[in-house]
Parts: sequence; C-alpha cells; structure tokens
Amino acid sequence: MTPPILELRNIDKRFGRVHANRDISLTLHPGEVLALLGENGAGKTTLMNILFGHYLADAGEIHVAGERLSPGSPAAALAAGIGMVHQHFALADNLTVLDNIMVGSESLWRPWQSRGAARRRLLALGQEFGLAVAPERPVGELSVGERQRVEILKALYRGARVLILDEPTAVLTPQESEALFATLRQMVSRGLAVIFISHKLHEALSLADRILVLRQGAVSASFARGEVDRGQLAAAMVGHELTVPERGHTAPGAPILRLEDVSAPGLENISFTLHQHEILGIAGVAGNGQSALADLLGGLLATTKGRVWLGEVPLPGGPARLVSAGVGRIPEDRARGVVGDLSCAENLILEDRRLFSRLGWLRWRAIGDFARELINAFGISTPGPAAPARGLSGGNVQKLILARTLTRQPRLILAAQPTRGLDVGAMEYVHGELVRARERGAGVVLISEDLEELLALADRVAVMYRGALSEPLPVAQVTATRLGLLMSGQGFAGGEHHAA
Amino acid sequence: MRLEPRDHCPWWLLAAAPLGALAVALVLCGLLLVWAGAPLTEAYPALLRGALGSRFAISETLTRATPLIFTGLAVAVAFRAKLWNIGAEGQLYAGALAATGLGSGLLALPAALMIPLLFGAGALAGGLVLLFSAWLKLRLRVDEVVTTLMLNYVVLLLVSYLVFGPWKDPMAMGWPQAMPVVDEGILPVLWPRTRLHLGLPIALAAAFLVWLLMDFSRWGLEIRALGLNAGAAVFAGVPLGATVLRTALLSGGLAACAGVSELAGTKGYLTLDMSPGYGYTGIAVAMLAGLHPLGVVAAALAVAAVYNGADSMSRGFGVSSYLADVMTASGLLAMLVGLLLIRYRWRWA
Repeated sequence: MTPPILELRNIDKRFGRVHANRDISLTLHPGEVLALLGENGAGKTTLMNILFGHYLADAGEIHVAGERLSPGSPAAALAAGIGMVHQHFALADNLTVLDNIMVGSESLWRPWQSRGAARRRLLALGQEFGLAVAPERPVGELSVGERQRVEILKALYRGARVLILDEPTAVLTPQESEALFATLRQMVSRGLAVIFISHKLHEALSLADRILVLRQGAVSASFARGEVDRGQLAAAMVGHELTVPERGHTAPGAPILRLEDVSAPGLENISFTLHQHEILGIAGVAGNGQSALADLLGGLLATTKGRVWLGEVPLPGGPARLVSAGVGRIPEDRARGVVGDLSCAENLILEDRRLFSRLGWLRWRAIGDFARELINAFGISTPGPAAPARGLSGGNVQKLILARTLTRQPRLILAAQPTRGLDVGAMEYVHGELVRARERGAGVVLISEDLEELLALADRVAVMYRGALSEPLPVAQVTATRLGLLMSGQGFAGGEHHAA
Repeated sequence: MRLEPRDHCPWWLLAAAPLGALAVALVLCGLLLVWAGAPLTEAYPALLRGALGSRFAISETLTRATPLIFTGLAVAVAFRAKLWNIGAEGQLYAGALAATGLGSGLLALPAALMIPLLFGAGALAGGLVLLFSAWLKLRLRVDEVVTTLMLNYVVLLLVSYLVFGPWKDPMAMGWPQAMPVVDEGILPVLWPRTRLHLGLPIALAAAFLVWLLMDFSRWGLEIRALGLNAGAAVFAGVPLGATVLRTALLSGGLAACAGVSELAGTKGYLTLDMSPGYGYTGIAVAMLAGLHPLGVVAAALAVAAVYNGADSMSRGFGVSSYLADVMTASGLLAMLVGLLLIRYRWRWA
C-alpha cells in the first residue's frame, strides 16, 4: 500500500468548556475518498480548521506525506498541498474566474506576464479533471455549481494533493451533486486524496472508500466501503439514546394552527393542522424551505397564497401582533433572538416592552424583578440582569430566549432548530421545556435537522423538500429510512411534481 | 505579540482612553506647530488661555459649544439607530429658515411664547428634512448617507436663494441676509458683556432629556435595539418603520435647534455663513462622546475649547487656525483607535 499522504495524530482541541475534538486520529492515502460524517457540533469543521491551520490544536500533530506540518499556519497547509473548499465560497463576484484563481497564488508583480501561463494551466487542469469553466467569465454570472467548480480548480491550481470539501452538496441540486461526485471520482483516480465532510448518509455510502464517524468531538466508528449500511451509520452518528423527557399520552386537543394551501417565497402549497397538546416535527435537508416556514410563522414573511389560522382567527401579521396573540417563537439563528449589546434584562422584556412601560417610560424596578425571577427559574448563568447578553454561552442564550418565550405561556410555539450547536445538557433542557409546554396544552412546531430529536419529541413528523411539505405522519409509523427517503425527495408527491 | 479580547474593560481604562487620545493629538499637532515655526512652550499655553484663560475666553467657548451640543446630540441619536445622518448641517439651516420665516415680523408674540415657538417650528422643519431621507431609505432603500449629505446643499441653496432674493433685508446695505429676528424672539444674554445666551441651558436640558429618552424610555430601548441588531429587534416586534421615522424626527429636530439657537442667540438674522460646519463637527462630537448624550456635552465643550484656543493661538503666532480642525480630527482618530484597543489585552508571545 502506498504511504499515507495525510496523517492526523491524536488531535485534541477545547473551546472553553466545549471539548470540540477528542484525540482524533486519521490517515488518508492517495487515491482515496474519506467521508467525515457527523451531526452538527460533532467537531467535523473544527478538525478541518485545525488541519488547514485556522485553529491551533491543543495537542496532536499533522503529517503530510511524511513531513510534519507546522501548526496554525494556513500558508504552510497550502504549501503542503492541502486545499479546502468551504461551504461558503471565497470568491469575488466582480472578478473573472481566472482572476479569482490567480489572486493569492500568483505574484501581483507584472501580472500580464503570468496571466497567459495561468490561463493555459487553468484550461489544462479543467480538461484533466473534467471541470469546464470559461476563464474570462465574471464569477458573479456563474451558477452555484459552477462557482464550486471554480473553488475546486483554485485548490488544484495551487497544487492540492488533498482536497477537503466541507458539506459540498448542501447548496447543490441533485444533478449538480452527481456531477460533483463524478468529478471527485475522476480526481481520486488520478491520485488525489479527498476528504468529504457531510451529514448525509447516502452520499458517504455512495462516494467514500472509508467513512469516519465523529460524535461529540471523538471518532465513534470507522468503516470501509461496503461493510456498513445506513442503519449502522445512523447509530454511530447519534450514539447513545438521548434521554428524552417522559411524554404523557395526552390526546390532541382543538386545532391551534392550520395552514391551508399556503405559498410564500420559498414555500409551495403547504397545508397542515397542529392541535393543542401536540408537537409537529418538521424534518428536511438544510435549505429546503424550513427557514421560510419559520419566517412565515414568526411573522417575518407574508403569504402570497393560502390562509393561516391561529385557532379560529387568521394568524396576525408581524412579530408584535403574533406575540400579543400568544405565539412564542424560538428563532433559528440565535443572533436574531437576542441583541448582544443589550442587557439580559432588556433582552428578556424586548417582546413585552409595553407591559413593562408606563406612559412610554420603562419601569426599571419591575423589569429588574422580572429578569431576576426568570434568570432563577430558567437557571440562566449570568452575572446579573444588567450584564450584556453577549457574554452568555450559546446554551444560556437559548435559555434566555426560552425564558422570554415560555413565560408568557404561549398557545403556539414555533421552535426552529432549537438545539443546534448546543451541548447535550442544554439540549435536554430545551427538550424538557418543549415537552412541558406540550403537556400544558400548547401546540409546538419543531423544525429540526436532527432526526433523533424529531423522532423523540414529535407526535407527528412531516418532511420539507424544495419548499413543499409532506403529509404529517404519526411518529409510530415513521422510520428513519422512510424519513431519509422523503428528505431526498423520493416518494415525495410535491417533489416529483416539482421535478416534472 | 498578539491582541486578545478582554471580557471586561476596567473603568480606569475607559477613563484613560480620552486622556490618552488628547495626549496623542497634542503630540501630533505639536509636530505641526514646530513645523509651522511656532514655539511650543508658548503656543500651547496660548491655546489654553484662548480656550479658558479669561472671562471672555470661557464665555466664547461656551457659546461655541452650544450649537455643537445640539448637532452632536442629533448625530448621536441617529447613529445609535444606525441611521447615518450626515445632514445635520442642512437640518441646522432648515431650523434657522423656519425660525426666520416665523420670527422676523410675521408674528407678534411675547418672548415666553415666541422662543418656544421658534424652537418648535425650527425643530419640525429640521425633523422633516431628515424624515424625507429616512422615508426614502425605508421605502426605496436609498442610502441615507447620500441623501442626507446632498440635502445639505439643497437646503443651503434654498437659503441662498432666499437671502439673495425674496427675504433679503433692504436695510442691510446690500449684504445677503434676511430680516432680523424680532426682539421677542432673541435669546436673552445670560452673562453680561458676553455673547453667552439662553441657548446653552436649552442645549443642556436637551442633552439631559435625550439621555432619559434613550436609556429609560420604551422608544429609546427600541432605537437602541434596532441599531445594535436590527434582525433581533424586528424579530422581537420592534416596529422598524415607526422607530426609524421617530429617530429621524428627533435627530433632525435636534440639529435644527442648533440653527434656531445660533439665529436667535448669536447672529440675529439668517445668513449663508451662519454655521462654520457645526453640522459636520457634530459628527466628530458625537463620535468622541461614544454616542452618549451626556458625553456629547463634554465632547462639545472640549471641541469648542480647542477651536477657540486654536483661533487665538493662530492670531498670536501666525499659524493657520485650521490647526484646530487637525487637532480635533487627530484627537478623534486617537480616541477611536484607543476605544478599539482597550477592548483587547496585549500579550507578548
């Protein structure tokens, strides 16, 4: 066997209390595709950032083709032949493809001399790997798939021997993904090594020679091609059973939220009914309209078609009226939930400003009492009500948002990715609060990319695909396989219809 | 060597930042003074005397600080909401324009009514000027930096047309100036034999009220939330349009008060050179104050002192009085850099 091109030995990294990478080792040989699989927050991106020199590992070493890579230096990683294609492309829209590739790799001194040569090399690379792009087209005119090709070419142009792709299919259509896979296969057949980061099981299974599964910062399993199936992979990714709060068998009550054939930018003909005492889980691959649905129910997006009912009345428009109508919202992006430079107390009353003011003046004493009460009740770890929210950890920010949302005892709760990026403890806390709200009689829309979370909490689950929503199914009738198929658009009435 | 962010900034560092900035500005301008051929050991004391060294100097500094407090507040309020109002100069003239229209003979009222009326009408005019820019921003997404800046010229040209044309005072020996404000509209002098007028206490009261409004009222919370994180503010139900329009009315109104105060307090009649750029200097004042309404008072006094002192120094040593601009600018730069640096800890690695 050829000697490894890349070796990571015992990489360890902590961010404060978060142990992001625990003693991770991996080897990669030329001509091999390694899939790095794991949930959000499993440590995939941290590991790759250490490899690429963006972060300094607390312990461990990296060897490229037998030589030790000096840590913390992206320049050294580039020089050693490590190329990275990030989820968010680093391209200048107003420059041409060729300019984008030359920036940073060619000397700026007398560029006209190197330009012809660079152009020839770019075209030769494109030919060799089947990555056709027009060198003189501005990047702004290219499709997402073409831009990704430019990013890959950029890495190849710099002499990459190891290509790292971070969630490369997250932004691609299925056809573009297939084209990408063909390209990657061609590249490894010519001796390149590829690390493919993903949380999609079927991509790892179809593309990778080996699959490394990360969970909570550590390697939880490693499989060679053909010796693993979906179920085993899923188990390795999620690991132990999450402790889920007991859910009483409460019969669903009256309808609390009803969508009738609703369309909006990013949403197509969505219909469902949510009842009191019920959690409706919304699954789906990122970017299939979940954010639009959250915005719609959060009052930030207006419908273009169809009707939304809150109980017996139309759902009011705009965040302020939603709040007073008894809708609690947990935003997908926590930066949208709190204003970091305002104090915890100010953030806690931000939705209830009117209740805490008299003749337009804020009632500071009442606000302080209220904030202290919530900080105690929800166990928010903060120096005090006057401390800026910026200083809180992710889990505590989420507790603050929960406190603000749940203290009003909302009838309807919209929770968009409520546990994304949280550690296990905070995650279980959030789960407990959502289940408590359900027991109390609230209806909960839970949008999540975490299937285990959905299967554990939801009474019924529906899947979003390209802006359409599948028929919600009782959780007892749902298997991970069936959800996975729906999430990839198969057996999906809306999706097939869309593709036709 | 590397910089690491601090969790908490000790109070003494916060206090040291303006002092350090002052020292840096003095050193930088000292080099310029030496270059211009003035002896430093005499020039800086002369600057201090010119700013604060006599009854006259103090009164002039206070008089000059008055419009800067108003324009500084105007900018601070707007910038807190991330409404980039560069048009305080135009709003200042709009205020003076409205006050001239009502106060130079159209109405006959006792002073107790006339002065509040002039301030109210002026503030309304200035507020409307900024409201227009804010409306364009909200409805058509026109960049308010451009519209507020350009409206400065529109308002100034309107003033120019009026003082050269229909409003020209026939008794002014041909000078382009409007009819003077009637006696009842003139702000009384507070300190005999100086120019210090009622505008200063009004400005101080305005600063206090703006502070209360920004820190202790619901509208203030909404303005701050919107400026700090518009996404989160809108998500929490802060009304975007209403808050921006309120901020615009308040900010434009405050800038216009500078115009009314100058018109009725120091000049007496509307001219084209009524403001030596108070609207623009207000930006520096607000930034020096860290956009805090009470800090604006201190910053306005400091900037006014520098301008007055530099004027008198330039007369004494034959150096250009533009040095005051350089001094304010370098002080502001040093202050901004200082405020950035105190958020970090220096580590030698």
